[in-house]
Amino acid sequence: MHAPTEINIHQITELIALVKKLYGFDFNNYSKASLRRRIMRVMQLKKLSVYDLKHQLVNYPEFFQTFLEEITVNVTEMFRDPSFYQALNNQVIPYLSSYQHSKIWCAGCSSGEEAYSLAILLNEAGLRKKSFIYGTDINTIVLNEARKGIYSLRKIKSYAENYQMAGLNGSIIDHFTVLYDAATIHNELKQNTLFSVHNLVSDSVFNEFQLICCRNVFIYFENALQERVLELFYNSLAPLGFLCLGTKETIRSEAFRKRFKVINQKENIYQKIGS
Amino acid sequence: MALDPHIIARWQASELLLLGGSAGSFKHIYNAVRTFPANLNKTVLIVIHRKKNFFSEIEKLFAANSRMLLREVSDKDAINRNTIYIAPPNYHTLIESKSSFGLDVSEAVWYSKPSIDVSFECAAEVFKSKCTAVLFSGANQDGARGLLSLKDSGSLTIAQDPTEAEMPEMPQSAIDLNAAEYILTTNDILELFKT
Repeated sequence: MHAPTEINIHQITELIALVKKLYGFDFNNYSKASLRRRIMRVMQLKKLSVYDLKHQLVNYPEFFQTFLEEITVNVTEMFRDPSFYQALNNQVIPYLSSYQHSKIWCAGCSSGEEAYSLAILLNEAGLRKKSFIYGTDINTIVLNEARKGIYSLRKIKSYAENYQMAGLNGSIIDHFTVLYDAATIHNELKQNTLFSVHNLVSDSVFNEFQLICCRNVFIYFENALQERVLELFYNSLAPLGFLCLGTKETIRSEAFRKRFKVINQKENIYQKIGS
Repeated sequence: MALDPHIIARWQASELLLLGGSAGSFKHIYNAVRTFPANLNKTVLIVIHRKKNFFSEIEKLFAANSRMLLREVSDKDAINRNTIYIAPPNYHTLIESKSSFGLDVSEAVWYSKPSIDVSFECAAEVFKSKCTAVLFSGANQDGARGLLSLKDSGSLTIAQDPTEAEMPEMPQSAIDLNAAEYILTTNDILELFKT
C-alpha cells in the first residue's frame, strides 16, 4: 500500500462535506467501509493524494462525473442470482399478467443489465407490450451505457450461464444482435424502457409501480438511509405491489416488516400490505 | 513442537479470528471449525473462494459439525462473539465497525469474490491488533496483502506451512511479502486454537 493513497475516516468526512457543498450529492449515510475502499481506488487509479483529490473536485466540475462513476459500484450482471429470476417468474410475473398495464422500477440500474433481464423475462411471459420499465441511477455515464444496451460478447457469454440457470427457454443471444465483438439488445426490448437520473437519497416518488427491483444497492447504505429509501419505495408501490431486494439484503426494521408480506424469504421478495 | 508462549498469549488476546483459503484449504478449515468449543469467546470469519452460482453445502456441513453458532454473512449483520461467519459467494465481506459487517459487490480481487485481501484489510482497519489471521492453501495470491495489513496493525498473522499445503502459492505469497509472523503446520494451528 502506497502511503499517499491512504485516507482516514476524518478525511472521508471532510470529503463528503465538500462533495455535498459543491455538487449536492450526500454520501453521509453511505456505508463507510465500502466508501473508503472506493475513494482509495479512485486515488490509486488517478494517482491522487487526498489533497489532490479535493483540488480536482473543487477546480474541475467535469472530474466529478468520473469521481461519481468510480465511487459508486457499477459491477452488475444479467440474470444475477438466477434463482431470484426463477422466483420472480413463478411468484410475481403471473400476478403482473392480471393487470392491464404494469410499471416497473429498476432502482440503481447502473449500465442496464438488470433492467434488460426484466425486459427479457416479461417478453418471455408475453407481457412486453403491457409493461414499462424505468431504470434509474445517480450516474449519467452508466445511464448512457444502459440506453445503448450494447455489451461485449465476452460479458454476454458470462451471462449465458445465468440465463440457463434461471430456467428460461432458448439462449440469451436470441435477445441480442451480434456485431463483431459486441451485442446489442433487441430494439423491441428497448422500446418499453426509459433510463433517467434519480437519486434515492434526495429525490422523491415519481410514479406508482407494480414492481420495484433494487438489488445490491442497500448494501451501500447505512441503516437509517435504508429506512428512508424503504419509505420512498413503500410510497412508490401500488397496493399489493412487489419489492425485490438483493439476496443478502433484508428489511431489518420492525415497522417495515409489518408493512410488507414476505413472498420469498430466500430471494427477498416482498409485497406491500397495509395502508 | 511446543508452541511458543508468546504466540499463545497473542492468540488468547485476540477478538477476531480470520481464516482464509482457496483450493486445498477446505479440509483444514473444516477441521478448525470442528475444534472450536462453544465458548471460544471470539468471533470467527471464514473467507473461502467459492464458485459463483455454485450452491455449496459448506454451511450445512460446517454447521452440523460446529459447536459454535454458524451463519453466512448478510448485509449489516451484527458481529457477535462465539459465532462463526462465512463470507457469501459473489460478495466481498467488509467490516463496518467492531459490531457490524457490510457487503460489497465491487470488482473481483485476484479473480475472487469474496476476496480474502478485502476482508483482511477491513479487519486490520477496524480491529487493529485484536485479530489472529491464518492463510491456508490456495492457488493464487489473494490474502497476502491483507495479511500484511494485519501484521502492520499489530495482529497475529500465520501462514500454513507451504510444504504441506496442497496449493502452496497462497501461503507462500504471504511469506514472500513478509506478511506471516509464523509459519505453522496445520497440526500446530489446531493446537494453538485449543489453547
